[in-house]
Amino acid sequence: MKHVRTIIDKEWSEVFKNRWVITTMTMLPMLFVAMPLVMLYMTKSSLGVDLPAESAGLPGGFGAACAGMTASECTQIYLLNQFMIMFMMMPLMIPTTIAAYSIVGEKTTRTLEPLLATPITTIELLAGKGLAAVIPGVLISYGAFGIFLVGSLLLGLAPGVISYIFSPIWLLGILVLGPILSIIATIFAIYVSSRVSDPRVAEQLSGSVILPLLLVMFAVLAGKLVIDVKFMLIAIVVCALVAFGMLHLGTLIFDRENILTKWK
Amino acid sequence: MIKTQGLTKIFKIGKKQETDLIAVDNLTLEVEHGEVFGFLGPNGAGKTTTVRMLTGLIRPTSGTAQVAGFELGKEDTNIRRNVGILTESPGMYERLTAEKNLTIFAKLYDVPDVEKSVNKYLSMLGLWERRHDSVGSFSKGMRQKLAVARSLIHEPQILFLDEPTTGLDPEASKTVRDFVEELKTEGRTIFMTTHNLDEAERLCDRVGIFQQKLLTLDSPANLRDKMFGRKVVFHLREVQPAWVGLVAGIAGVDNVEAVGNKMVVSLRDPEESNPKIINALVMAGADVQFVGEIKHSLEQIYLEMVQSNERGQA
Repeated sequence: MKHVRTIIDKEWSEVFKNRWVITTMTMLPMLFVAMPLVMLYMTKSSLGVDLPAESAGLPGGFGAACAGMTASECTQIYLLNQFMIMFMMMPLMIPTTIAAYSIVGEKTTRTLEPLLATPITTIELLAGKGLAAVIPGVLISYGAFGIFLVGSLLLGLAPGVISYIFSPIWLLGILVLGPILSIIATIFAIYVSSRVSDPRVAEQLSGSVILPLLLVMFAVLAGKLVIDVKFMLIAIVVCALVAFGMLHLGTLIFDRENILTKWK
Repeated sequence: MIKTQGLTKIFKIGKKQETDLIAVDNLTLEVEHGEVFGFLGPNGAGKTTTVRMLTGLIRPTSGTAQVAGFELGKEDTNIRRNVGILTESPGMYERLTAEKNLTIFAKLYDVPDVEKSVNKYLSMLGLWERRHDSVGSFSKGMRQKLAVARSLIHEPQILFLDEPTTGLDPEASKTVRDFVEELKTEGRTIFMTTHNLDEAERLCDRVGIFQQKLLTLDSPANLRDKMFGRKVVFHLREVQPAWVGLVAGIAGVDNVEAVGNKMVVSLRDPEESNPKIINALVMAGADVQFVGEIKHSLEQIYLEMVQSNERGQA
C-alpha cells in the first residue's frame, strides 16, 4: 500500500503542477453543472402553466415516468434525464485526462525504466496510477453534483422535480455507477497508454470509452429508453463485472518487457 | 555478486514477429564482489539488453543468472531491491523538485529513513542548494548527478551504470568518474557499460568486450599482453644489423625488429630481460639513448576484437 500511495502522490504532484490539466478537469464539471441549472431555470419560467403531462409532446416511452405531473415538470424531468447521463460522463472523462498520460508520459520522459527497476509490483503500479486518476474524477463529480443539488434547491423547483433529483435513480447513478464507470475508463486509458507511443493518441483513443454512454443518451433522447431504478441496478451490476474483468485482464496483459522494448 | 550461465535473449521482430534477433548470445561471466566491471561494445551490441536482463526488467530467453545472491526470473523483486540502475537516458520528473524526485524513489525502494538518505545524496552530489528547484531547470550534468543519486538512494550492493558519462561535458564526466571511484573504495560492485575506453581503462578492474556474445574478458593490462604481447623500444644512436641477432639470442626475447635508429623488442618479461639487453648492447658498443615500453591502448584492443568479430561474421 505504501508503494501505491507513493505513486498517487507522484502522479498528483505532477498533474496538479500543470495548470492546463487543472483547467481541463474543472471546466467540464462547471459546464455540466451550469447547463442543467440554466435549463431548469428557463423551463421553469417558460412552462409555468399547469398543463397535463401528455401535452408536453415528449417521446412515448417517457409517459409512464410523468404520471401525475404537469407539462413543465415532465419536460424538466425529461431534460434532467439527459443531464444525468452527462453527470455520469464526468467521472469517465476526468480520469481519462490523467490516466491516458500515465504510462506513455513515463515513456516520453524516460522515467519508466527507472520506475520499473524499483521493487514495485505490477499491481501496485497499476493501482497507484489508476487511483490517482479515479479519485479526482469521482471527487470532482461528487462536488459538481453537490453544487447542482444546492443550485436546484435554490431555484425553487416544483416538489416533484426536486424529489426526482433526490430519487434513488440519480443517487445510484451519480454515487455508485459513476465511480464504477470511472474505474472502467481509467483501466482502459492505462491500457491504451501502455500500448501507444504518443500521449495525444493515448488521449484520443481513451476518449472513445465515452461512446457507450452516448448511445444510452441518444436512446433516452429518442424515447427508446427510460432510466429507472431497475435499469440503474442492472447497469451497476454489469459495469461492476466489466470493471472487475478489465482489472484482472489489465494486470495480466501489462507486460513490463513489451512496454520497455517495443516502444520507440 | 553477478553470475550468468549461457544467458541468451532473442527478440521476435517483424510485423508477424517472424524473425529472430539475437541480442545476447550465450553470455557466461562472473563479476566478483567489489569489482568494477566494464562491459564494452559497439552500439546495438546488446549491452543495454544485458543490463535490463540482469536488473530483472526483461526476461532472458534461455540461460540462468544470479544477481546479489538471487535467481533471475524467480526472485526479480529481490534483485531489484538490491541493485541500482543508472539508465542510458536517465529521465526525471521534470516538474518536480530534485528533492521530490529522490523522495519518490526512496519510498519505492522502502528506504528506512527517506529524508536522511535524500539529504545525504543531495549534499554528496552537490545538489543541496538546488534541492527545491524543479528538475526541468537543471543542466544535463546536474540531471546526471541526480540520476546517480537516484540509483544509489537505497544503498544497493550492485550498481549498473549504462553509459554513465555519455553526452556530458568533461567536468560533469569527471564528477561522475570520481564518484564511481569513490563507490569502488566503498566496496560496491559496479557493472558499467561504456563507449569511453579511456574511462573503462581507468576505472575497471576487468573489461568484457561484447558484441552479441562475449569476445574477450580480462583486465585491461592482461588483454593488452594477450593481444599484443609486451614490446619495449630501445632508442639507439644508430642500429647495426649484428645487434638485432645479438638481442634476439637473449633468453625471454620473442622477436626483434629494427626501425630506423630504434629496436622494437617483443618480450615475455621486460623487467627481467631489459637489463640483459641493455648490457649486451652497451658491451657491443651501442649508445642506448633511452628505453620505453610500447603501451597499446584499450581502444586498439577493442577495435581489433570488434573488427575481427565483424570480419568473422561477414
